Amino acid sequence: MSRIVIDEQRCKGCLLCVEACPKSIIVASSRFNAKGYKVAELPEASMDTCTGCASCAQMCPDVAITVWRTAKSKAKENE
Amino acid sequence: MSEQLVFTRPEVLADVATHYCPGCQHGVVHRIVAECLEEFGLVEKTIAVSSIGCSVFLYNYILVDTVEAPHGRAPAVATGVKRARKDAFVFAYQGDGDLASIGMAEIMHAANRGERISVIFVNNTVYGMTGGQMAPTTMVGQKTTTCPAGRCMEREGGPIHMSEIIATLGGVAYCARTAVNTIKNIAQTKRAIRRAFETQINGEGFGFVEVLATCPTNWRMSSVAANERVGKEMIPEFPLGVFKDAAKEEQP
Repeated sequence: MSRIVIDEQRCKGCLLCVEACPKSIIVASSRFNAKGYKVAELPEASMDTCTGCASCAQMCPDVAITVWRTAKSKAKENE
Repeated sequence: MSEQLVFTRPEVLADVATHYCPGCQHGVVHRIVAECLEEFGLVEKTIAVSSIGCSVFLYNYILVDTVEAPHGRAPAVATGVKRARKDAFVFAYQGDGDLASIGMAEIMHAANRGERISVIFVNNTVYGMTGGQMAPTTMVGQKTTTCPAGRCMEREGGPIHMSEIIATLGGVAYCARTAVNTIKNIAQTKRAIRRAFETQINGEGFGFVEVLATCPTNWRMSSVAANERVGKEMIPEFPLGVFKDAAKEEQP
């Protein structure tokens, strides 16, 4: 399972990552960050679909996305 | 459990929130420049020259020594820096209101002299920082605060195509136009900036990369719509490609 971590304090809610994701699994959340931007999120339920292609991260103007790629395992994040 | 980190912020790119508006692609270009500096191992010997415009705070984001040039004069300042410090790696980072308007003389002569510097030119067809006035690169019909009915070909002329002009000048070793609207174009931008940096490292001559970017705020568009406009309107007007590459011309 590959995964991404979106730094919600850096996200400005531009949603370019949503457009860039080839699997269309990133969505706009209903949460606001400290600056008042409605942040993007990858719901836990869709994380399995993530291939770790890093398209979202490359598109992100605020470099707010970190990407980990795993071949096949049950990696658990410890962030 | 073999989890591999495939994408993270380059170390030379400061871990701070930028002042850029949501969706502004200066951030993408900053990241690509930072990655290229790291890949070439240039961080310690780089002197950046930042311009006037939204990119004025470059020194807050790319952690290298930086000189702040007066409006439009980044290529002239970079010339001085490079001539005084031949061992340093010098790049200028300018926007279109800065480079193509007030800085037209400096960029033309620096390119013509073949200064061993690299210039990153971010073209978003508008003056961003000052509030969305018409720039030399504004497209015909595009509405800005100083041409509210849209740029008129008869009154203001058409947009200036900087890459095509720069490519005709003698001292230029590499000149290309790219965009950052899609993943494919981002990869091309990285290749172009890498090649432009290489021309300076090898002492081949002047390197110039024009990057088409968005300004959602002053285009009065959402980030996503602005990004689509790059593909639909800007790229047909400003064709992407390599306009000059000295290394390739020598081996026909």
